[in-house]
Amino acid sequence: MSSTFEAIANIIAETCDIPRDSITPESHAINDLGIDSLDFLDIAFAIDKAFGIKLPLEQWTQEVSDGKATTDQYFVLKNLAARIDELVAAKGA
Amino acid sequence: MRLEYFQLIDRIVDLNLADRKINCEATVPTASTIFEGHFPGYPLMPGVLLVEAMAQTSGWLVVAANRFERMPFLASIKDAKLRTFVLPGQVLSVTSHLAHEGSGYAVLNARINFDGKAVADATLTLRVLDFPNSEMAEQMRKQADNIGLKIEARANG
Repeated sequence: MSSTFEAIANIIAETCDIPRDSITPESHAINDLGIDSLDFLDIAFAIDKAFGIKLPLEQWTQEVSDGKATTDQYFVLKNLAARIDELVAAKGA
Repeated sequence: MRLEYFQLIDRIVDLNLADRKINCEATVPTASTIFEGHFPGYPLMPGVLLVEAMAQTSGWLVVAANRFERMPFLASIKDAKLRTFVLPGQVLSVTSHLAHEGSGYAVLNARINFDGKAVADATLTLRVLDFPNSEMAEQMRKQADNIGLKIEARANG
């Protein structure tokens, strides 16, 4: 998980010009780092490429809209890293 | 091009969904009120409209890839380069390659050539959403027919 977190933290820092040392596993991409939906597309693209996956952003957004999930589950970075690890594992299964 | 209707693409020359590529033709009109201001005495195709031509070409590729079930909207333009002037009457070749299909977005590398030489290029991100209403979906289908994006073409490749 830590290497995944490091990778996405670096992606966020580079994509959104956010100081790397201000990005922690507890950071919420939207609420804490101020990343908007357009910037998150760039981040998703970089993550998709780096990990060879397809982040299910639409599914996550729908789940949040339906009240079936909170944004914390997907956009707190340690949770995002865990989701990515799951997707990578599922790809290799 | 029908600049007054913001229709930048005249016809689809080639669509290859297997390779995720499209090639469109777009002829710059010889006369337009746009050229009265851009520029007086020296008409040039505005660079923003060249970007729009690349966006529309990319959009048709995404529309085709989604079998007319979803609609792309321009979200981001990166590394846009306008390499040479484009003059009234020139017949442009506008191509695009679907580099990545994400969840709710697509990234495409687009290019315009004239007479075999690079005119413009850019990397575009399109949001890909459900059609906001059935009327828009129907109008897109009609326009697709007008420029030669037919069901046969969508089924091929």
